[in-house]
Amino acid sequence: MEHKTKIHERIFLALILLFFYLPILYVVLFSFNSTKSLSNFTGFSLQWYEKMFSNRTIMESIGYTVACAVIATVVSTIVGTITAIGMSKSRKALREAINQVNNLPMLNPDIVTAIGFMLFFTSLRIKTGFTTMVLAHIAFCIPYVILSVMPKLRTLDPNLAEAALDLGCTPLQALWKVIIPQIMPGIISGALVAFSMSFDDFVISLFTTGPGVSNISIYVYASVKRINPTINALSAIIVYVITIVLILVNVIPMIRERKKNKNGN
Amino acid sequence: MKSFSKMVYPYVLWAIIMIVVPMMMIVLYAFTVKGNAVLTFQFTFDNFVRFFSDPVFPGVLWRSLKLAVITTLICIAAGYPTAYVMAKLKPNSQAVIVLLITLPMWINMLVRTYAWRGILAHFALSGEAKVYVGMVYNFLPFMILQIYTSLSKIDPNLITAAHDLGADNIQTFRRVILPLSLSGVVSGITLVFLPAVSSFFIPKLLGGGQYVLIGNLIEDYFISTGDWNFGSSISLIMAVIILISMYVTRRLDRYTAQGDDD
Repeated sequence: MEHKTKIHERIFLALILLFFYLPILYVVLFSFNSTKSLSNFTGFSLQWYEKMFSNRTIMESIGYTVACAVIATVVSTIVGTITAIGMSKSRKALREAINQVNNLPMLNPDIVTAIGFMLFFTSLRIKTGFTTMVLAHIAFCIPYVILSVMPKLRTLDPNLAEAALDLGCTPLQALWKVIIPQIMPGIISGALVAFSMSFDDFVISLFTTGPGVSNISIYVYASVKRINPTINALSAIIVYVITIVLILVNVIPMIRERKKNKNGN
Repeated sequence: MKSFSKMVYPYVLWAIIMIVVPMMMIVLYAFTVKGNAVLTFQFTFDNFVRFFSDPVFPGVLWRSLKLAVITTLICIAAGYPTAYVMAKLKPNSQAVIVLLITLPMWINMLVRTYAWRGILAHFALSGEAKVYVGMVYNFLPFMILQIYTSLSKIDPNLITAAHDLGADNIQTFRRVILPLSLSGVVSGITLVFLPAVSSFFIPKLLGGGQYVLIGNLIEDYFISTGDWNFGSSISLIMAVIILISMYVTRRLDRYTAQGDDD
């Protein structure tokens, strides 16, 4: 398309971006408010951060969120990758069947998937809690890992693994030394998707967790009934962490690129 | 090499237990009487009869569908021009804007929706209007990114060719750009409409507790009331409606694509 934008088009784009960032800036500002008010900024204080760090329920919910996301990411990435490799070598009918089943949690509304898990766990008399929440997270993350690994496998040259076997590799060595390194970008992006899906999940966690175990989303949801500015501090910290991580992720490759160029000269 | 195909079997077992069985249990619960033991099913349509003969439930369903449709329309109306302007920027600026739009999406949806409560307290808006703000805020990025992707794939030569053949800007847009970007709009609709129908924390966080949607009903019947059979039938009704609307949207996409070939 042509590279000419008019001034009113630029203003429109700026307004849309303002719309996206307004609540984020607002929550960061009010995390420093000196009173309980969420609409009047009365002065600067760090009391909500102090209250947040001394609140056991919040700290526990952060712990549960991180632990659940890490376990779900590791397990779903390993299982998803193994399954994707297996799928690339199996019959078309089986592959299609697995894809159809994987579509269920991806296309269904979260709440439908969530009540399915809840009915499943409770009918088996499994006590809901951290374990059931992690199992549910693993279950809804695996399809996304498979989805991001499959395209890499499709572009893989089948002769490479054959050659490795001909040259004396065991199938396991061929897998580990030839196939896995080549599909690594797909595995990494699958793991990232799994982590962010699990970390941000609310609906499935709400229905699969048990008493006393809540993640960040459930905590926020449960405490909106009354005014609670510690949530602003919690939100602000999430904003800081994500901003720092995203800046690092985007800046480090740039610095590396520059170093490479220097060394090249 | 064929031995690798055995690697799918553990997941096949897992998927049957963790995906297929839970889905079948929703269907089972929706068609059975409350309170029966696992092994003595008593099949019934009562849950569905109860839903549609009640004065409240069909109204809630209608309200959820209306909210989802209007949210989707607003997202198209605001998202299309945004994506269009983005696609016209220089490649470097395009990358920056895409990053700026994706960045907030990494922050927890509940946290971002919660943040709107303070802002919206400054305005005298109805609960419904606040829910609309929250819905559009959460789903607009998906629409923008989908339409942007389809717009940025359009070969610039096609636009030049249209101009060379005498089409003015409006004709070029209507006959070339719009048809080629419709697939982006359709996948945007899927990403907005689907979660919007079933959303239940946005109305709860911003609607002041007065605004009940189908998702809130399901949550209530599962978590507060504990009537899982009726809750299951509500979610089955919702799932069927979503399936139908997805099917219609896809057909519409194919229909428009064929219509442009003439």
